[in-house]
Amino acid sequence: MSLQDPPDQAQLRERYPYVFNRPMSARLATPVVLLLALAVFIFGLVDLDFSPSRILSGLSQLGWIARLMLPPDPGSSLPIYLKALGETLSIAVLGTTLAACAAFPVSLLAARNVIPSAIFRFPVRRLFDTIRGVDTLIWALVWINVVGLGPFAGVLAIAVSDFGALGKLFSEAMESADRKQVEGVRASGGNALHEIRFGLLPQVLPVMAGQVLYFIESNTRSATIIGIVGAGGIGLQLAEQIRVLEWQKVSFLILMILVAVAAIDWISNRLRFAIIGRRAVA
Amino acid sequence: MAVAVSILPRQQLEALNDAYRRAVARRRLRLAISALVFLAVLLVAAIGAEVNLATLFTYFGNFASYFDRIFTLDDGHRVWTNIPEWFWGFKKWIKLLGETLLISYVGTLAGMLVAFCLNFLAAENTTPAPWVRFTVRRLLEFARTVPGIVFALIFVIAFGLGPVAGVLAIAVHSSGALGKLFSEVVENADMKPVEGIRATGASWLSCMRFAVLPQVIAGFSSYTLLRFEINVREASVMGFVGAGGIGQELVVAIRKFYYSDVSAILVMIVVTVFLIDIGTGWLRGRLFGAEART
Repeated sequence: MSLQDPPDQAQLRERYPYVFNRPMSARLATPVVLLLALAVFIFGLVDLDFSPSRILSGLSQLGWIARLMLPPDPGSSLPIYLKALGETLSIAVLGTTLAACAAFPVSLLAARNVIPSAIFRFPVRRLFDTIRGVDTLIWALVWINVVGLGPFAGVLAIAVSDFGALGKLFSEAMESADRKQVEGVRASGGNALHEIRFGLLPQVLPVMAGQVLYFIESNTRSATIIGIVGAGGIGLQLAEQIRVLEWQKVSFLILMILVAVAAIDWISNRLRFAIIGRRAVA
Repeated sequence: MAVAVSILPRQQLEALNDAYRRAVARRRLRLAISALVFLAVLLVAAIGAEVNLATLFTYFGNFASYFDRIFTLDDGHRVWTNIPEWFWGFKKWIKLLGETLLISYVGTLAGMLVAFCLNFLAAENTTPAPWVRFTVRRLLEFARTVPGIVFALIFVIAFGLGPVAGVLAIAVHSSGALGKLFSEVVENADMKPVEGIRATGASWLSCMRFAVLPQVIAGFSSYTLLRFEINVREASVMGFVGAGGIGQELVVAIRKFYYSDVSAILVMIVVTVFLIDIGTGWLRGRLFGAEART
């Protein structure tokens, strides 16, 4: 058969029936799903009052605001803002550390290879899920009711909501640890505590340290916003300046947040490399 | 059973032991120093955050009793003894919850579309020019780093109170987060199909459509579903700043101490988040096989 000969279609059809005669349901699945997604999207736009005139006037307002934001200027409140930024960083570091300290012992209960029975695992897992299901801002509101306005409420809010997230990650890290070291410790006569200390911990500690550092990083972001409900930090200043329409100060505060987050990113990346080695950071 | 264990001569052994002890001592010293530095950082942070342990211990009872109070009805009984009284505003709340879901759905999809358009420009292997990549990456970084609720605060002023501001805030923030993840997926794609398509004389757009897209579409959908989960949580607090959804009711209930309402709304939010988590997990499993479930 020379190259120019058209392939025999009938033969091809016979050999690959699935390519030529795909069932209707398989052929329709993708377009139908896409259409449904689009329909819900359009329904949402209509239901949530998206009208072209509203978007246009909003965009022109936004452009006006953006012009007013330039150039960023702190006015005379730079020292206050720097202090607020320090407060935000403190909230992030302290909240995450507290969460990690509290989550570690509890996550042992939720790891299958530490406690094989499901008596603890199931309720502890659900507890973690419930805590994670509630946003940090809501926890901040609750803690404000308890310890009053101020950064301390923010620390506790971050600690509680991260307790859920870190607990889940820690217990997953433990479950994916290698059993052999643990068995080795047991074979040489170690008790359950020895197994955890010398078999399990050396494997999971670097992973957990990496996760804690990552959370400090992401909590710097969360800590910037819990001030909006009154839990201290730079968010308080930001929300106030937005409310009184001081746009130059707003843009300066946003810039400060961006720089602080980038700095924390950089530091925690360096630390992570130092702890778990360059290759382990995927 | 006797086993011969060979022991090194003493001098050799001592040298080895010495080296071992020194290495261990050096490691311990380093550990101690880093622990000290960490403690110092914590101390500074504690002072900065005005930590007051006395306040915590005095008021910790309040935290426990807060949960006691939110699970008590006005007539003094536990909430679960009188479900209709507990969920007296069920119709109103379920409607607001639906609005919250709709906000996160529309916001996620809009953000996904923006991220989809931009990520091919931001990925190293598909970008048309380095300066385009640089600009788009900085733009995505900006959208990702500024928290969604800050965008919501600003959009509430520009677009007026209501869900529109919430949707746009979520869309902007998601486009930043998804744009980065998408461009990483594209960077991991195999470039050989692209070369094949380009060899036939296709344009950049066709290369993306026929060579890159089939490889990355699964990763894109998986990340979008994950983002939807996160956004449901985020949309539940958008109402705090007046950007629509259930958050408005919640913040009023918390601030005005309508205790049983707080617990009712929280229960509804947590259940919804559970259902969404399970639903998207199931969907991801169906779409991409069981190994993509985690």
